[in-house]
Amino acid sequence: MVTTLDRLDGPDRLRRRRSRPRLADTSFRYLTGAAAWLMIALLAGTTAFLVDKAWPSLRQYGIFGSLSSSRWAPSEAATSKGNPYGILQFVYGTVLTSFIGMLIAVPAAVAIALVVTDVAPRRMRRPLSWLIDLLAAIPSVVYGFWGIFALIPALKPVVTDVNDTLGKVPVIGKVFAGPFFGLSYFTAGLILAIMVLPIITAICREVFATAPVSEKEAALALGATKWEMLRLAVLPRSRSGIVGAAILGFGRAIGETIAVTMVIGNSVLTISTSIFGQGATMPSVIANEFNEATEPFHLDSLFVVGLWLLVLALIVNVIGKIIVSRSGEHIA
Amino acid sequence: MSPNPPRTPPDLVSDPAAPDTAPGVPVAAGTSDTADSTEAATATAVATMPTRPPLGQSTTATARRKRKNITMIVVLSAVLALAIAVLVWVLGYVAAEGLKYLSPQFLTHTPPGNPSAGGGGFANGIIGSLIIVGIATAISIPIGIAAAVYLHEYGGRVAKVARFVTDVLVGVPTIVTGAFVYALIVIRYGYSGYAGAIALAAIMLPLIIRATEEMLRTVPRELREASLALGISKSRTIVSIVLPTASSGIITGCMLAIARAMGETAPLLLTVLGNDLFVETNPDHRMATLSLQVFSNAITGFQAAQGRAWAGALTMVLLVLIFTAIARIAGRRTAVSGGKR
Repeated sequence: MVTTLDRLDGPDRLRRRRSRPRLADTSFRYLTGAAAWLMIALLAGTTAFLVDKAWPSLRQYGIFGSLSSSRWAPSEAATSKGNPYGILQFVYGTVLTSFIGMLIAVPAAVAIALVVTDVAPRRMRRPLSWLIDLLAAIPSVVYGFWGIFALIPALKPVVTDVNDTLGKVPVIGKVFAGPFFGLSYFTAGLILAIMVLPIITAICREVFATAPVSEKEAALALGATKWEMLRLAVLPRSRSGIVGAAILGFGRAIGETIAVTMVIGNSVLTISTSIFGQGATMPSVIANEFNEATEPFHLDSLFVVGLWLLVLALIVNVIGKIIVSRSGEHIA
Repeated sequence: MSPNPPRTPPDLVSDPAAPDTAPGVPVAAGTSDTADSTEAATATAVATMPTRPPLGQSTTATARRKRKNITMIVVLSAVLALAIAVLVWVLGYVAAEGLKYLSPQFLTHTPPGNPSAGGGGFANGIIGSLIIVGIATAISIPIGIAAAVYLHEYGGRVAKVARFVTDVLVGVPTIVTGAFVYALIVIRYGYSGYAGAIALAAIMLPLIIRATEEMLRTVPRELREASLALGISKSRTIVSIVLPTASSGIITGCMLAIARAMGETAPLLLTVLGNDLFVETNPDHRMATLSLQVFSNAITGFQAAQGRAWAGALTMVLLVLIFTAIARIAGRRTAVSGGKR
């Protein structure tokens, strides 16, 4: 900056600069503009290349052909006449695990965000949010590894009890039926809950921070307790923000790959009705089979899975983004 | 930071809440739609506070409200405590298991040819991770900052679209990015460190752009105007005044992106593939990365391999924590006191 000012000390120098900065300015503008265009190209390119690679399978089995079956049997591709690459069970696994994750993570994130913004002593607030953010720093593969060796053994006695009680109830029993071998939708959902908790908490924190101080103070001045203040002045106006945060968290959860792959069991043949059964998700099947895809249309069909995953992620994220941005200008 | 509301008065009911200010109180308006049956009593109590009966008559209601308040605060804090307990559990478990195998040998040797054999280490993975993440950083930071500058400093329709796309890209599953890079590069040139670096750069870019733009927003307009009024060109203003002012926040964003890239596994599975045999420093070839080695060793049935994987997981967590810590320290200097330079 100092050098810039030095160069500006004479009128002749100013005149000389007149043509140069224009050139520098223009090229700077174009360079930064190119970087922005690159982002658009990145999304367009991702979609285009996925469609291109998935095309042979889409043409062979129809665009929605993979969505009409829940049986994934690459070894039958050479002989069978039908479509052996059904992916409904992966869509089911993806949505179910993410949904379980959200059921746990959203209420927890709201509670944590309330404590961090309004309840905890002021000096504690920043360190506490750092600790929660640390949950997001732990790599996915570490969560998966921890899930296999620490979480599953801890879950086993609890889940076996659930199998023996809720699992015996006539109608809903199917959902909670055993046997529980550790690897399951539920385990994956629980790990997803831990992984997306910091993301949802961060958005909720920003949403809660937008609650007007005047209303909070008014509530307290009227004699409201702290909880009443939160209920009356903070939570009502944050409802859409919380919903948006949940959807963005859901969007993150559906794309989570390695941790889920390690704890879901990777059963690709059918849909298990019990949340304690084994299954697979869209990312997990890609990660598992991508480097060993040798059957006809196998790799192409994995790209089909990737394409539908991208579509799902885009829809969820766009909806979440729109809802969140409605509740606050610059949040998320 | 949200400004702090005043502390709840110790005795709520005796708090003289100036009755004549009631009509202007916005809280009362918000109560009607939120009050469900159980809350009706408290909500009404607040809404009708100004006209409530004299002190002493509502003590049981007050006691109930106070009890409810304490219960809820305890419940909320318990959830926070539980989340922190999970964090401690994960970190503690990884540390306990990892420390059993972490040693100088682990950091300087490659894994033994036979995965069931003990000894050896992940030197090739550590080197590979550093190289690949380094290349990804070198690609994504300049492009990311440039794009953020365009989004915030120039604006316009392209910028609007690009901002939206960037927000959407944050939510694109990383394995999809990996599949994209596979289709773009690996099919033609084979698995390589470069392909992995490009995939990681694509994942880091939206993170860096968002963090940078967020920081540019906090740079006061007066600073730009003062510079432009001195006759300094716009590009020069951005490079010499705006970016340095926002630098600490930008560094924070970049460090967090690096930490994220350090732990990524899925996209590397599709682009780098891994190389457990020897130290490969040429990014043109298949390489090992720490994350891939942790993954592949963790899912073998061999105890020795799993032991190495724990040590690798601990190493990875430590690397990530170091970058996160740097990010926090850089961010602490921020507070973007715009004029302070």
